[in-house]
Amino acid sequence: MKKILTSSQTVGPFFHFGLKPIAVLSSEDIPGEKITITGAVLDGTGARVNDAMIEIWQANSRGKYDHPEDQQDRQTTPGFTGFGRVFVNGDGGFEIKTIKPGPVDWLEPGQQAPHINISLFARGVLRRMATRIYFADDPATGGDPVLNLIDGPGRRNTLLAQPVDGRPGAYTWNIVLKGEQETVFFEV
Amino acid sequence: MTKPTAYNREASETQPPLNHPGYGSTAERSPGKPLVLLPHSLSEITGPLYGQDSIGPNDHDLTRQHDGEPIGQRIIVAGKVTDENGRPVPDALIEIWQCNAAGRYIHEIDQHDAPLDPNFTGAGRCVTDGEGNYRFITIEPGAYPWGNHHNAWRPKHIHFSLFGNAFVTRLITQMYFPGDPLLELDPIYLSVPDAKAREGLVCAFDLENTVPGHALAYRFDIVLRGRDQTPMVG
Repeated sequence: MKKILTSSQTVGPFFHFGLKPIAVLSSEDIPGEKITITGAVLDGTGARVNDAMIEIWQANSRGKYDHPEDQQDRQTTPGFTGFGRVFVNGDGGFEIKTIKPGPVDWLEPGQQAPHINISLFARGVLRRMATRIYFADDPATGGDPVLNLIDGPGRRNTLLAQPVDGRPGAYTWNIVLKGEQETVFFEV
Repeated sequence: MTKPTAYNREASETQPPLNHPGYGSTAERSPGKPLVLLPHSLSEITGPLYGQDSIGPNDHDLTRQHDGEPIGQRIIVAGKVTDENGRPVPDALIEIWQCNAAGRYIHEIDQHDAPLDPNFTGAGRCVTDGEGNYRFITIEPGAYPWGNHHNAWRPKHIHFSLFGNAFVTRLITQMYFPGDPLLELDPIYLSVPDAKAREGLVCAFDLENTVPGHALAYRFDIVLRGRDQTPMVG
């Protein structure tokens, strides 16, 4: 007989001293294209959410996850786990400094476009909200099998980080928890 | 192509809905559109793994992180982390945080008019052993008021954060204490639809683990998502 899964509960507003921010880019020497994604977390009224936590899980620049179940014939990067954690600031803003992940295998022949897996936690959020960041300027993005599970280009666009003109490696991407511009969240 | 062994989906009655009217803050922080069902690819069945090296010697003992001892009832909180099939989850990082015995968090935004304790921070970390067991030493947290509704009080609780082995096994939850009259008034606890699942968030008094003359003990087992087939790892 199966055991009953432990229920999720909100992270609440007081997590900042119990959980620590973790830089996904542990060193400037990590090989790959350096990128910085800046944005804000917004609620259904358009107000900035100032007590959210964002976790990052990603492959390295070769598209390899640092995990024993990633059996792709690719090398991991010493010193790069692919995990990071950022807290939004008092104005709901965040900045993710990392390297751009490579494409990773899909369930069928072909690859998933480069993407970063995101978990969002906050007061008023009873369980982890999962989403993904893709790159609007990556030619593989349009053919990504996960993006193509989403109905309509408007909704798909909520997962695309937009390059900033004149600043190579800089992207903007917001998380909108509710409303017209609501980010796509996944049931994982 | 890589078709990994998928994890079981969460039984919906075990997990709170994102929009729970009793908990006011969920109203504008929960999506109005349905979640998109994501098949489990490499991105979902992998996840951050930690080793013992990231844990300090007193990280599991919240009563020994300062020069003096904190005020409050000393308790041991211990248990086992397994998956739904009962398989132990070894080497799992557990992070906890809580308020002090007076019901006050050390956090700067906590304005509750209760004293801080100079000998208590309220944050701990440990990693499960080879059988999935963990053990913290702390003091029993107090209840505290919050602004959700008139005369709202959070029941005594300790926040728990766990990773498991995959992106999909990530869990943040709260452990409650048996017999707390505030439980049946708390919209966060009551957000879990299934009564048995709710009761799973309440620890049990554990006489066997008490330290005579020193500390009481509670047991809190945690069940993370599992899968029916064993993955191939070559």
